[in-house]
Amino acid sequence: MHRYRFVLSRPLQFLPVLFGISIITFILVRLIPGDPARVLLGTRSTPTAIARIRAQYGLDEPLWLQYFYFLENLGKGEMGKSILYKIDVLKLIATRIEPTLTLVLTSVALSILIAVPMAAIAARNNGRLADHVVRIVSTLGIGFPPFWLALMLIILFSVRLGVFPVSGYGETLGDKLAHLVLPSLTIALSLSAVLTRSLRAAMIVALKSDLATAARARGMPESIVFWRHVLPNSLVPTVNLLAVNIGWLIGGTVVVETVFAIPGMGQLLVRAIFSRDYMVVQGVAMVFACATVLVNFLADIVTVSLDPRVRL
Amino acid sequence: MTSALAATRMNVPWSRFLGRHMTLAIGAATLGLFLAVALAAPLISPYDPIYQDAAVRLAMPSLAHPFGTDNFGRDILSRVIWGTRIDLQIAVIGVVFPFLIGTFIGTVAGFFGGIVDTVFMRLVDIILAFPFLVLMLSIIAILGPGLSSFYIAMALVGWVSYARLIRAQMLVLKSSDYAVAAVSLGFSRARIMFRHLLPNAVAGSIVFSMSDAVLVLLNGAAISYLGLGVQPPVAEWGVMVAEGQSFITTAWWITLFPGLSIVVLAFGFSLLGDGLGEWLGVNE
Repeated sequence: MHRYRFVLSRPLQFLPVLFGISIITFILVRLIPGDPARVLLGTRSTPTAIARIRAQYGLDEPLWLQYFYFLENLGKGEMGKSILYKIDVLKLIATRIEPTLTLVLTSVALSILIAVPMAAIAARNNGRLADHVVRIVSTLGIGFPPFWLALMLIILFSVRLGVFPVSGYGETLGDKLAHLVLPSLTIALSLSAVLTRSLRAAMIVALKSDLATAARARGMPESIVFWRHVLPNSLVPTVNLLAVNIGWLIGGTVVVETVFAIPGMGQLLVRAIFSRDYMVVQGVAMVFACATVLVNFLADIVTVSLDPRVRL
Repeated sequence: MTSALAATRMNVPWSRFLGRHMTLAIGAATLGLFLAVALAAPLISPYDPIYQDAAVRLAMPSLAHPFGTDNFGRDILSRVIWGTRIDLQIAVIGVVFPFLIGTFIGTVAGFFGGIVDTVFMRLVDIILAFPFLVLMLSIIAILGPGLSSFYIAMALVGWVSYARLIRAQMLVLKSSDYAVAAVSLGFSRARIMFRHLLPNAVAGSIVFSMSDAVLVLLNGAAISYLGLGVQPPVAEWGVMVAEGQSFITTAWWITLFPGLSIVVLAFGFSLLGDGLGEWLGVNE
Protein backbone atom coordinates (compact mmCIF):
# COMPACT_ATOMS: atom_id res chain seq x y z
CA MET A 1 0.00 0.00 0.00
CA HIS A 2 3.08 2.18 0.31
CA ARG A 3 2.85 2.88 -3.41
CA TYR A 4 -0.57 4.43 -3.04
CA ARG A 5 0.52 7.09 -0.54
CA PHE A 6 0.30 9.72 -3.30
CA VAL A 7 -3.50 9.32 -3.23
CA LEU A 8 -3.42 11.32 -0.01
CA SER A 9 -0.65 13.76 -0.89
CA ARG A 10 -1.53 14.49 -4.52
CA PRO A 11 -4.77 16.43 -3.82
CA LEU A 12 -2.62 18.93 -1.89
CA GLN A 13 -0.59 19.53 -5.05
CA PHE A 14 -3.83 20.15 -6.92
CA LEU A 15 -4.72 23.05 -4.58
CA PRO A 16 -2.72 25.71 -6.50
CA VAL A 17 -4.29 24.56 -9.77
CA LEU A 18 -7.82 24.58 -8.30
CA PHE A 19 -7.06 28.02 -6.86
CA GLY A 20 -5.96 29.15 -10.33
CA ILE A 21 -9.09 27.68 -11.92
CA SER A 22 -11.24 29.67 -9.49
CA ILE A 23 -9.33 32.89 -10.31
CA ILE A 24 -9.71 32.40 -14.08
CA THR A 25 -13.43 31.60 -13.85
CA PHE A 26 -13.85 34.62 -11.55
CA ILE A 27 -12.03 36.90 -13.98
CA LEU A 28 -14.01 35.62 -17.02
CA VAL A 29 -17.25 37.30 -15.98
CA ARG A 30 -15.47 40.46 -14.78
CA LEU A 31 -13.97 40.90 -18.25
CA ILE A 32 -17.38 41.53 -19.81
CA PRO A 33 -17.09 44.99 -21.36
CA GLY A 34 -19.34 47.64 -19.84
CA ASP A 35 -21.35 47.24 -16.67
CA PRO A 36 -21.57 43.52 -15.81
CA ALA A 37 -24.82 44.07 -13.91
CA ARG A 38 -26.46 45.61 -16.96
CA VAL A 39 -25.10 42.84 -19.23
CA LEU A 40 -26.11 40.08 -16.81
CA LEU A 41 -29.68 41.42 -16.73
CA GLY A 42 -29.89 41.87 -20.48
CA THR A 43 -33.14 43.41 -21.67
CA ARG A 44 -34.71 43.38 -18.22
CA SER A 45 -32.29 45.92 -16.76
CA THR A 46 -34.21 48.42 -14.67
CA PRO A 47 -32.31 50.70 -12.23
CA THR A 48 -33.65 48.78 -9.22
CA ALA A 49 -32.72 45.41 -10.74
CA ILE A 50 -29.22 46.72 -11.55
CA ALA A 51 -28.83 47.92 -7.97
CA ARG A 52 -29.96 44.53 -6.67
CA ILE A 53 -27.51 42.61 -8.89
CA ARG A 54 -24.70 44.99 -7.93
CA ALA A 55 -25.41 44.30 -4.27
CA GLN A 56 -25.85 40.56 -4.82
CA TYR A 57 -22.46 40.14 -6.54
CA GLY A 58 -20.80 42.95 -4.58
CA LEU A 59 -19.85 44.70 -7.81
CA ASP A 60 -19.22 47.98 -5.98
CA GLU A 61 -16.59 46.39 -3.75
CA PRO A 62 -12.88 46.23 -4.64
CA LEU A 63 -11.90 43.31 -6.88
CA TRP A 64 -10.07 41.27 -4.22
CA LEU A 65 -13.12 41.50 -1.93
CA GLN A 66 -15.36 40.40 -4.79
CA TYR A 67 -13.13 37.39 -5.29
CA PHE A 68 -13.39 36.64 -1.57
CA TYR A 69 -17.21 36.71 -1.80
CA PHE A 70 -17.00 34.49 -4.89
CA LEU A 71 -14.97 31.90 -2.94
CA GLU A 72 -17.29 32.17 0.07
CA ASN A 73 -20.34 31.48 -2.11
CA LEU A 74 -18.49 28.65 -3.84
CA GLY A 75 -17.90 27.09 -0.42
CA LYS A 76 -21.66 27.19 0.12
CA GLY A 77 -22.15 25.53 -3.27
CA GLU A 78 -23.51 28.68 -4.92
CA MET A 79 -22.24 30.32 -8.09
CA GLY A 80 -25.05 32.75 -8.83
CA LYS A 81 -28.31 32.26 -10.66
CA SER A 82 -28.81 31.41 -14.30
CA ILE A 83 -30.68 34.24 -16.00
CA LEU A 84 -32.44 31.86 -18.35
CA TYR A 85 -33.36 29.04 -15.97
CA LYS A 86 -33.71 31.09 -12.75
CA ILE A 87 -31.98 28.47 -10.60
CA ASP A 88 -28.49 28.30 -9.11
CA VAL A 89 -25.88 27.48 -11.75
CA LEU A 90 -24.38 24.51 -9.89
CA LYS A 91 -27.83 22.95 -9.37
CA LEU A 92 -28.55 23.46 -13.06
CA ILE A 93 -25.26 21.82 -14.05
CA ALA A 94 -25.98 18.85 -11.74
CA THR A 95 -29.06 18.01 -13.82
CA ARG A 96 -26.90 17.99 -16.98
CA ILE A 97 -23.98 15.86 -15.80
CA GLU A 98 -25.48 12.42 -16.44
CA PRO A 99 -25.86 12.59 -20.27
CA THR A 100 -22.36 14.08 -20.67
CA LEU A 101 -20.75 11.53 -18.35
CA THR A 102 -22.48 8.62 -20.12
CA LEU A 103 -21.41 10.02 -23.50
CA VAL A 104 -17.78 10.35 -22.36
CA LEU A 105 -17.71 6.81 -20.93
CA THR A 106 -19.29 5.15 -23.98
CA SER A 107 -16.96 7.14 -26.29
CA VAL A 108 -13.86 6.05 -24.37
CA ALA A 109 -15.02 2.41 -24.32
CA LEU A 110 -15.74 2.44 -28.06
CA SER A 111 -12.46 4.13 -28.94
CA ILE A 112 -10.47 1.53 -26.96
CA LEU A 113 -12.40 -1.23 -28.75
CA ILE A 114 -11.37 0.34 -32.08
CA ALA A 115 -7.83 1.44 -31.22
CA VAL A 116 -6.42 -1.69 -29.54
CA PRO A 117 -7.05 -4.11 -32.45
CA MET A 118 -5.96 -1.50 -35.02
CA ALA A 119 -2.72 -0.79 -33.17
CA ALA A 120 -2.11 -4.51 -32.60
CA ILE A 121 -2.51 -5.32 -36.30
CA ALA A 122 -0.21 -2.43 -37.27
CA ALA A 123 2.47 -3.20 -34.69
CA ARG A 124 2.59 -6.95 -35.44
CA ASN A 125 2.91 -6.19 -39.18
CA ASN A 126 5.32 -3.30 -38.70
CA GLY A 127 6.48 -1.93 -42.06
CA ARG A 128 4.09 -4.10 -44.06
CA LEU A 129 0.91 -3.18 -45.92
CA ALA A 130 -1.47 -3.52 -42.92
CA ASP A 131 0.76 -1.15 -40.95
CA HIS A 132 0.74 1.46 -43.70
CA VAL A 133 -3.05 1.23 -44.05
CA VAL A 134 -3.56 1.73 -40.30
CA ARG A 135 -1.12 4.65 -40.27
CA ILE A 136 -2.86 6.40 -43.17
CA VAL A 137 -6.34 5.76 -41.75
CA SER A 138 -5.39 7.03 -38.30
CA THR A 139 -3.62 10.10 -39.73
CA LEU A 140 -6.75 10.86 -41.77
CA GLY A 141 -8.99 10.19 -38.76
CA ILE A 142 -7.32 12.90 -36.65
CA GLY A 143 -8.45 15.50 -39.17
CA PHE A 144 -12.16 14.55 -39.18
CA PRO A 145 -14.23 17.47 -37.84
CA PRO A 146 -16.63 15.92 -35.28
CA PHE A 147 -19.58 18.11 -36.31
CA TRP A 148 -19.25 16.97 -39.92
CA LEU A 149 -18.55 13.32 -39.12
CA ALA A 150 -21.71 13.34 -36.97
CA LEU A 151 -23.80 14.51 -39.92
CA MET A 152 -22.25 11.90 -42.23
CA LEU A 153 -23.06 9.14 -39.70
CA ILE A 154 -26.63 10.47 -39.47
CA ILE A 155 -26.96 10.27 -43.27
CA LEU A 156 -25.58 6.73 -43.31
CA PHE A 157 -27.16 5.12 -40.24
CA SER A 158 -30.31 7.13 -39.55
CA VAL A 159 -31.43 8.29 -42.97
CA ARG A 160 -30.26 5.48 -45.27
CA LEU A 161 -30.32 2.47 -42.92
CA GLY A 162 -32.77 3.83 -40.35
CA VAL A 163 -31.12 1.98 -37.44
CA PHE A 164 -30.30 4.68 -34.88
CA PRO A 165 -32.25 7.76 -33.74
CA VAL A 166 -31.21 11.07 -35.36
CA SER A 167 -31.09 13.19 -32.21
CA GLY A 168 -32.28 13.68 -28.66
CA TYR A 169 -31.91 11.60 -25.53
CA GLY A 170 -34.13 8.79 -24.21
CA GLU A 171 -35.94 8.15 -20.94
CA THR A 172 -35.03 4.53 -20.16
CA LEU A 173 -31.45 3.23 -20.02
CA GLY A 174 -31.76 1.21 -23.24
CA ASP A 175 -33.34 4.15 -25.04
CA LYS A 176 -30.58 6.47 -23.79
CA LEU A 177 -27.87 4.11 -25.01
CA ALA A 178 -29.56 3.82 -28.42
CA HIS A 179 -29.52 7.61 -28.67
CA LEU A 180 -25.84 7.66 -27.71
CA VAL A 181 -24.59 5.17 -30.34
CA LEU A 182 -23.98 7.72 -33.11
CA PRO A 183 -22.71 10.50 -30.81
CA SER A 184 -20.18 8.19 -29.13
CA LEU A 185 -19.18 6.69 -32.49
CA THR A 186 -18.47 10.22 -33.74
CA ILE A 187 -16.15 10.96 -30.83
CA ALA A 188 -14.67 7.45 -30.79
CA LEU A 189 -13.63 7.54 -34.46
CA SER A 190 -11.58 10.69 -33.86
CA LEU A 191 -10.27 9.67 -30.44
CA SER A 192 -9.30 6.18 -31.59
CA ALA A 193 -7.19 7.75 -34.36
CA VAL A 194 -5.13 9.56 -31.71
CA LEU A 195 -4.98 6.47 -29.49
CA THR A 196 -4.00 4.14 -32.35
CA ARG A 197 -1.00 6.26 -33.34
CA SER A 198 0.47 6.27 -29.83
CA LEU A 199 -0.53 2.72 -28.94
CA ARG A 200 1.05 1.43 -32.16
CA ALA A 201 4.33 3.17 -31.30
CA ALA A 202 4.21 1.78 -27.72
CA MET A 203 3.51 -1.74 -28.98
CA ILE A 204 6.39 -1.64 -31.49
CA VAL A 205 8.74 -0.72 -28.65
CA ALA A 206 7.28 -3.44 -26.39
CA LEU A 207 7.57 -6.09 -29.15
CA LYS A 208 11.31 -5.41 -29.36
CA SER A 209 11.79 -5.18 -25.59
CA ASP A 210 13.82 -7.58 -23.46
CA LEU A 211 10.71 -8.98 -21.80
CA ALA A 212 9.30 -10.02 -25.20
CA THR A 213 12.64 -11.55 -26.24
CA ALA A 214 12.83 -13.40 -22.92
CA ALA A 215 9.31 -14.77 -23.40
CA ARG A 216 10.17 -15.93 -26.92
CA ALA A 217 13.37 -17.55 -25.63
CA ARG A 218 11.25 -19.61 -23.25
CA GLY A 219 9.49 -20.99 -26.34
CA MET A 220 6.28 -19.00 -25.98
CA PRO A 221 4.17 -18.72 -29.13
CA GLU A 222 4.17 -15.21 -30.62
CA SER A 223 0.44 -14.72 -29.99
CA ILE A 224 0.82 -15.42 -26.25
CA VAL A 225 3.88 -13.16 -26.10
CA PHE A 226 1.69 -10.45 -27.58
CA TRP A 227 -1.48 -10.81 -25.50
CA ARG A 228 0.17 -11.62 -22.15
CA HIS A 229 3.28 -9.46 -22.26
CA VAL A 230 3.24 -6.82 -24.96
CA LEU A 231 -0.36 -5.64 -24.62
CA PRO A 232 -0.35 -5.11 -20.83
CA ASN A 233 2.89 -3.18 -21.16
CA SER A 234 1.39 -0.91 -23.80
CA LEU A 235 -1.69 -0.11 -21.71
CA VAL A 236 0.03 2.25 -19.29
CA PRO A 237 0.89 4.81 -21.99
CA THR A 238 -2.66 4.47 -23.33
CA VAL A 239 -4.23 5.30 -19.96
CA ASN A 240 -1.99 8.35 -19.69
CA LEU A 241 -2.83 9.32 -23.24
CA LEU A 242 -6.55 9.14 -22.47
CA ALA A 243 -5.99 11.43 -19.48
CA VAL A 244 -3.98 13.88 -21.58
CA ASN A 245 -6.75 13.90 -24.19
CA ILE A 246 -9.61 14.39 -21.71
CA GLY A 247 -9.75 18.08 -22.58
CA TRP A 248 -10.03 17.19 -26.26
CA LEU A 249 -12.69 14.61 -25.42
CA ILE A 250 -14.74 17.19 -23.51
CA GLY A 251 -14.39 19.62 -26.43
CA GLY A 252 -15.73 16.86 -28.67
CA THR A 253 -18.74 16.28 -26.42
CA VAL A 254 -19.56 20.01 -26.48
CA VAL A 255 -19.80 19.96 -30.27
CA VAL A 256 -21.42 16.52 -30.56
CA GLU A 257 -24.07 17.25 -27.90
CA THR A 258 -25.02 20.33 -29.90
CA VAL A 259 -25.28 18.40 -33.19
CA PHE A 260 -27.36 15.58 -31.68
CA ALA A 261 -29.36 17.80 -29.27
CA ILE A 262 -28.29 15.82 -26.20
CA PRO A 263 -29.27 17.73 -23.03
CA GLY A 264 -25.81 17.63 -21.44
CA MET A 265 -23.32 20.21 -20.14
CA GLY A 266 -21.90 20.92 -23.60
CA GLN A 267 -25.26 21.87 -25.04
CA LEU A 268 -25.91 23.93 -21.89
CA LEU A 269 -22.64 25.81 -22.46
CA VAL A 270 -23.34 26.60 -26.12
CA ARG A 271 -26.91 27.75 -25.39
CA ALA A 272 -25.67 29.85 -22.48
CA ILE A 273 -23.19 31.63 -24.76
CA PHE A 274 -25.96 32.53 -27.21
CA SER A 275 -28.33 33.73 -24.49
CA ARG A 276 -25.50 35.64 -22.74
CA ASP A 277 -26.12 33.59 -19.59
CA TYR A 278 -22.61 34.36 -18.31
CA MET A 279 -23.01 32.74 -14.90
CA VAL A 280 -23.73 29.41 -16.60
CA VAL A 281 -20.69 29.80 -18.90
CA GLN A 282 -18.56 30.46 -15.83
CA GLY A 283 -20.00 27.47 -13.95
CA VAL A 284 -19.66 24.97 -16.81
CA ALA A 285 -16.06 26.08 -17.49
CA MET A 286 -15.18 25.57 -13.83
CA VAL A 287 -16.86 22.17 -13.51
CA PHE A 288 -15.17 20.94 -16.70
CA ALA A 289 -11.77 22.15 -15.46
CA CYS A 290 -12.21 20.41 -12.10
CA ALA A 291 -13.29 17.24 -13.94
CA THR A 292 -10.06 17.39 -15.99
CA VAL A 293 -7.96 17.64 -12.83
CA LEU A 294 -9.91 14.73 -11.29
CA VAL A 295 -9.45 12.53 -14.38
CA ASN A 296 -5.69 13.11 -14.34
CA PHE A 297 -5.66 12.09 -10.68
CA LEU A 298 -7.64 8.90 -11.44
CA ALA A 299 -5.27 8.13 -14.34
CA ASP A 300 -2.35 8.30 -11.89
CA ILE A 301 -4.07 5.75 -9.64
CA VAL A 302 -4.77 3.44 -12.59
CA THR A 303 -1.17 3.77 -13.80
CA VAL A 304 0.18 2.76 -10.39
CA SER A 305 -2.19 -0.22 -10.15
CA LEU A 306 -1.32 -1.37 -13.70
CA ASP A 307 2.45 -1.03 -13.37
CA PRO A 308 3.99 -2.12 -10.04
CA ARG A 309 7.25 -0.31 -10.90
CA VAL A 310 5.70 3.15 -11.01
CA ARG A 311 6.24 5.31 -7.92
CA LEU A 312 4.48 8.64 -7.71
CA MET B 1 31.47 14.64 -39.64
CA THR B 2 29.34 17.75 -39.51
CA SER B 3 30.43 18.82 -42.97
CA ALA B 4 29.63 15.36 -44.34
CA LEU B 5 26.19 15.59 -42.77
CA ALA B 6 25.69 19.05 -44.19
CA ALA B 7 26.73 17.75 -47.61
CA THR B 8 24.16 14.96 -47.53
CA ARG B 9 21.53 17.52 -46.61
CA MET B 10 22.56 20.17 -49.11
CA ASN B 11 23.84 18.44 -52.23
CA VAL B 12 21.23 15.73 -52.71
CA PRO B 13 19.07 16.53 -55.75
CA TRP B 14 15.51 17.56 -54.89
CA SER B 15 13.99 14.56 -56.66
CA ARG B 16 16.00 12.08 -54.60
CA PHE B 17 15.39 14.03 -51.38
CA LEU B 18 11.63 13.96 -51.92
CA GLY B 19 11.73 10.30 -52.93
CA ARG B 20 13.38 9.50 -49.63
CA HIS B 21 10.88 11.63 -47.69
CA MET B 22 7.57 10.67 -49.25
CA THR B 23 5.48 11.81 -46.27
CA LEU B 24 7.09 15.23 -46.27
CA ALA B 25 6.69 15.53 -50.05
CA ILE B 26 2.99 14.59 -50.11
CA GLY B 27 2.25 16.84 -47.14
CA ALA B 28 4.05 19.81 -48.69
CA ALA B 29 2.36 19.19 -52.05
CA THR B 30 -1.09 19.08 -50.43
CA LEU B 31 -0.52 22.34 -48.58
CA GLY B 32 0.97 23.89 -51.72
CA LEU B 33 -2.16 22.96 -53.61
CA PHE B 34 -4.44 24.56 -51.00
CA LEU B 35 -2.26 27.67 -50.95
CA ALA B 36 -2.44 27.91 -54.75
CA VAL B 37 -6.24 27.51 -54.66
CA ALA B 38 -6.50 30.20 -51.98
CA LEU B 39 -4.34 32.64 -53.95
CA ALA B 40 -6.01 31.93 -57.30
CA ALA B 41 -9.58 31.90 -55.90
CA PRO B 42 -10.80 34.85 -58.04
CA LEU B 43 -9.34 33.24 -61.19
CA ILE B 44 -10.47 29.63 -60.76
CA SER B 45 -13.83 29.89 -58.98
CA PRO B 46 -16.56 29.48 -61.62
CA TYR B 47 -19.14 31.67 -59.81
CA ASP B 48 -19.38 34.41 -57.22
CA PRO B 49 -19.41 32.57 -53.85
CA ILE B 50 -22.26 34.65 -52.45
CA TYR B 51 -24.27 35.14 -55.66
CA GLN B 52 -27.76 33.65 -55.19
CA ASP B 53 -29.31 32.11 -58.29
CA ALA B 54 -32.94 31.28 -57.50
CA ALA B 55 -33.23 29.19 -60.69
CA VAL B 56 -30.82 26.49 -59.47
CA ARG B 57 -31.69 26.02 -55.80
CA LEU B 58 -30.53 22.70 -54.27
CA ALA B 59 -29.23 21.46 -57.64
CA MET B 60 -27.48 18.07 -57.71
CA PRO B 61 -23.78 18.03 -58.68
CA SER B 62 -23.63 18.46 -62.47
CA LEU B 63 -21.27 19.77 -65.14
CA ALA B 64 -22.46 23.34 -64.60
CA HIS B 65 -22.14 22.99 -60.81
CA PRO B 66 -19.65 20.15 -60.07
CA PHE B 67 -20.35 20.25 -56.30
CA GLY B 68 -24.04 21.23 -56.67
CA THR B 69 -25.75 24.32 -55.24
CA ASP B 70 -27.26 25.18 -51.85
CA ASN B 71 -30.72 26.34 -50.83
CA PHE B 72 -29.94 29.89 -52.01
CA GLY B 73 -28.70 28.62 -55.39
CA ARG B 74 -25.07 29.45 -54.52
CA ASP B 75 -22.40 27.34 -56.23
CA ILE B 76 -20.79 24.98 -53.67
CA LEU B 77 -17.52 24.57 -55.60
CA SER B 78 -16.98 28.34 -55.67
CA ARG B 79 -17.80 28.56 -51.97
CA VAL B 80 -15.36 25.74 -51.16
CA ILE B 81 -12.65 27.49 -53.20
CA TRP B 82 -13.20 30.86 -51.48
CA GLY B 83 -13.49 29.07 -48.14
CA THR B 84 -9.90 27.86 -48.61
CA ARG B 85 -8.75 31.45 -48.03
CA ILE B 86 -10.54 31.70 -44.68
CA ASP B 87 -9.74 28.24 -43.34
CA LEU B 88 -6.07 28.36 -44.35
CA GLN B 89 -5.88 31.75 -42.66
CA ILE B 90 -7.49 30.30 -39.51
CA ALA B 91 -4.91 27.50 -39.35
CA VAL B 92 -1.94 29.81 -40.00
CA ILE B 93 -2.83 32.83 -37.84
CA GLY B 94 -4.22 30.53 -35.13
CA VAL B 95 -0.81 28.87 -34.89
CA VAL B 96 1.62 31.75 -35.56
CA PHE B 97 0.64 33.97 -32.61
CA PRO B 98 0.56 31.17 -30.00
CA PHE B 99 3.89 29.94 -31.45
CA LEU B 100 5.58 33.35 -31.09
CA ILE B 101 4.15 34.07 -27.63
CA GLY B 102 4.82 30.55 -26.34
CA THR B 103 8.36 30.50 -27.74
CA PHE B 104 9.20 33.81 -26.09
CA ILE B 105 7.74 32.83 -22.71
CA GLY B 106 9.27 29.34 -22.82
CA THR B 107 12.71 30.74 -23.70
CA VAL B 108 12.67 33.31 -20.93
CA ALA B 109 11.21 30.93 -18.33
CA GLY B 110 13.63 28.11 -19.16
CA PHE B 111 16.69 30.37 -19.31
CA PHE B 112 16.15 32.41 -16.16
CA GLY B 113 14.42 29.74 -14.06
CA GLY B 114 13.50 30.81 -10.52
CA ILE B 115 10.38 32.85 -9.83
CA VAL B 116 9.75 33.74 -13.51
CA ASP B 117 9.75 30.05 -14.40
CA THR B 118 7.55 29.07 -11.46
CA VAL B 119 4.93 31.73 -12.18
CA PHE B 120 4.66 30.92 -15.89
CA MET B 121 4.63 27.16 -15.44
CA ARG B 122 1.88 27.36 -12.79
CA LEU B 123 -0.08 29.50 -15.27
CA VAL B 124 0.50 26.81 -17.91
CA ASP B 125 -0.80 24.11 -15.51
CA ILE B 126 -3.92 26.15 -14.79
CA ILE B 127 -4.71 26.87 -18.44
CA LEU B 128 -4.10 23.23 -19.36
CA ALA B 129 -6.60 22.20 -16.66
CA PHE B 130 -9.35 23.79 -18.75
CA PRO B 131 -10.56 21.78 -21.72
CA PHE B 132 -9.22 23.74 -24.71
CA LEU B 133 -12.50 24.25 -26.57
CA VAL B 134 -14.39 25.13 -23.37
CA LEU B 135 -11.92 27.89 -22.48
CA MET B 136 -11.96 29.13 -26.09
CA LEU B 137 -15.77 29.26 -26.08
CA SER B 138 -15.85 31.02 -22.71
CA ILE B 139 -13.47 33.73 -23.92
CA ILE B 140 -15.44 34.13 -27.17
CA ALA B 141 -18.63 34.38 -25.07
CA ILE B 142 -17.10 37.41 -23.34
CA LEU B 143 -15.56 39.01 -26.46
CA GLY B 144 -18.56 38.34 -28.71
CA PRO B 145 -18.73 36.08 -31.79
CA GLY B 146 -16.34 36.59 -34.71
CA LEU B 147 -13.03 35.58 -36.22
CA SER B 148 -11.03 38.26 -34.34
CA SER B 149 -12.37 36.95 -31.03
CA PHE B 150 -11.24 33.49 -32.10
CA TYR B 151 -7.71 34.75 -32.81
CA ILE B 152 -7.52 36.61 -29.49
CA ALA B 153 -8.76 33.52 -27.63
CA MET B 154 -6.20 31.38 -29.51
CA ALA B 155 -3.37 33.74 -28.52
CA LEU B 156 -4.50 33.71 -24.88
CA VAL B 157 -4.81 29.91 -24.65
CA GLY B 158 -2.67 28.32 -27.38
CA TRP B 159 0.79 29.49 -26.24
CA VAL B 160 0.99 27.06 -23.32
CA SER B 161 2.05 23.98 -25.32
CA TYR B 162 4.84 25.89 -27.07
CA ALA B 163 6.04 27.44 -23.82
CA ARG B 164 6.27 23.96 -22.27
CA LEU B 165 8.16 22.44 -25.21
CA ILE B 166 10.68 25.29 -25.53
CA ARG B 167 11.21 25.54 -21.77
CA ALA B 168 12.06 21.83 -21.52
CA GLN B 169 14.63 22.24 -24.32
CA MET B 170 16.11 25.40 -22.77
CA LEU B 171 16.64 23.66 -19.43
CA VAL B 172 18.86 21.09 -21.17
CA LEU B 173 20.61 23.51 -23.56
CA LYS B 174 21.49 26.25 -21.08
CA SER B 175 24.06 24.02 -19.37
CA SER B 176 25.61 22.85 -22.66
CA ASP B 177 29.26 23.62 -23.42
CA TYR B 178 28.56 26.18 -26.12
CA ALA B 179 26.22 28.08 -23.84
CA VAL B 180 28.89 28.18 -21.12
CA ALA B 181 31.41 29.27 -23.74
CA ALA B 182 29.09 32.07 -24.89
CA VAL B 183 28.69 33.24 -21.29
CA SER B 184 32.45 33.27 -20.76
CA LEU B 185 32.88 35.33 -23.94
CA GLY B 186 30.72 37.95 -22.26
CA PHE B 187 27.77 37.84 -24.65
CA SER B 188 24.57 39.41 -23.41
CA ARG B 189 21.91 37.11 -22.02
CA ALA B 190 19.44 38.13 -24.73
CA ARG B 191 21.99 37.20 -27.40
CA ILE B 192 22.69 33.81 -25.81
CA MET B 193 18.99 33.08 -25.35
CA PHE B 194 17.73 34.04 -28.77
CA ARG B 195 20.78 33.67 -31.07
CA HIS B 196 22.53 30.65 -29.55
CA LEU B 197 20.02 28.52 -27.65
CA LEU B 198 16.67 29.17 -29.31
CA PRO B 199 17.65 27.96 -32.83
CA ASN B 200 18.64 24.62 -31.28
CA ALA B 201 15.48 24.38 -29.19
CA VAL B 202 12.89 25.21 -31.81
CA ALA B 203 12.78 22.07 -34.01
CA GLY B 204 10.35 20.17 -31.76
CA SER B 205 7.99 23.16 -31.65
CA ILE B 206 7.98 23.50 -35.42
CA VAL B 207 7.00 19.84 -35.80
CA PHE B 208 4.36 20.24 -33.08
CA SER B 209 2.98 23.37 -34.78
CA MET B 210 1.84 21.19 -37.71
CA SER B 211 -0.33 18.93 -35.55
CA ASP B 212 -1.41 22.06 -33.70
CA ALA B 213 -2.53 23.53 -37.05
CA VAL B 214 -4.86 20.51 -37.46
CA LEU B 215 -6.33 21.17 -34.02
CA VAL B 216 -6.72 24.91 -34.66
CA LEU B 217 -8.35 24.28 -38.04
CA LEU B 218 -10.84 21.80 -36.51
CA ASN B 219 -11.60 24.13 -33.60
CA GLY B 220 -11.92 27.20 -35.82
CA ALA B 221 -14.32 25.36 -38.12
CA ALA B 222 -16.22 23.93 -35.11
CA ILE B 223 -16.61 27.40 -33.57
CA SER B 224 -17.85 28.74 -36.91
CA TYR B 225 -20.19 25.74 -37.21
CA LEU B 226 -21.63 26.61 -33.80
CA GLY B 227 -22.23 30.15 -35.08
CA LEU B 228 -19.57 31.84 -32.91
CA GLY B 229 -16.78 32.32 -35.46
CA VAL B 230 -16.98 33.34 -39.12
CA GLN B 231 -20.44 34.73 -39.80
CA PRO B 232 -22.64 33.96 -42.84
CA PRO B 233 -22.81 34.72 -45.74
CA VAL B 234 -18.98 34.48 -45.80
CA ALA B 235 -17.94 31.16 -47.34
CA GLU B 236 -16.13 29.20 -44.61
CA TRP B 237 -16.19 25.41 -44.48
CA GLY B 238 -17.58 25.11 -40.92
CA VAL B 239 -20.30 27.67 -41.69
CA MET B 240 -21.13 25.78 -44.91
CA VAL B 241 -21.57 22.50 -42.99
CA ALA B 242 -23.92 24.27 -40.57
CA GLU B 243 -25.92 25.76 -43.47
CA GLY B 244 -26.26 22.35 -45.13
CA GLN B 245 -27.34 20.59 -41.95
CA SER B 246 -31.07 21.19 -42.48
CA PHE B 247 -30.83 19.62 -45.91
CA ILE B 248 -28.74 16.50 -45.23
CA THR B 249 -31.61 14.15 -46.12
CA THR B 250 -32.21 15.75 -49.52
CA ALA B 251 -29.07 17.68 -50.50
CA TRP B 252 -26.06 15.89 -48.97
CA TRP B 253 -23.60 17.71 -51.27
CA ILE B 254 -23.92 21.02 -49.39
CA THR B 255 -22.44 19.34 -46.30
CA LEU B 256 -20.16 16.72 -47.85
CA PHE B 257 -17.72 18.87 -49.84
CA PRO B 258 -16.76 21.53 -47.27
CA GLY B 259 -16.25 18.76 -44.68
CA LEU B 260 -14.05 16.78 -47.06
CA SER B 261 -11.96 19.90 -47.68
CA ILE B 262 -11.29 20.18 -43.94
CA VAL B 263 -10.29 16.50 -43.83
CA VAL B 264 -7.86 16.84 -46.76
CA LEU B 265 -6.28 20.09 -45.52
CA ALA B 266 -5.88 18.56 -42.03
CA PHE B 267 -4.31 15.47 -43.64
CA GLY B 268 -1.81 17.72 -45.44
CA PHE B 269 -0.77 19.39 -42.16
CA SER B 270 -0.49 16.00 -40.41
CA LEU B 271 1.70 14.54 -43.16
CA LEU B 272 3.90 17.62 -43.24
CA GLY B 273 4.30 17.36 -39.46
CA ASP B 274 5.17 13.64 -39.61
CA GLY B 275 7.54 14.25 -42.53
CA LEU B 276 9.30 17.14 -40.77
CA GLY B 277 9.58 15.01 -37.64
CA GLU B 278 11.26 12.19 -39.57
CA TRP B 279 13.55 14.57 -41.42
CA LEU B 280 14.63 16.60 -38.38
CA GLY B 281 14.75 13.49 -36.19
CA VAL B 282 12.23 14.84 -33.72
CA ASN B 283 9.86 12.58 -31.81
CA GLU B 284 6.84 14.39 -30.49
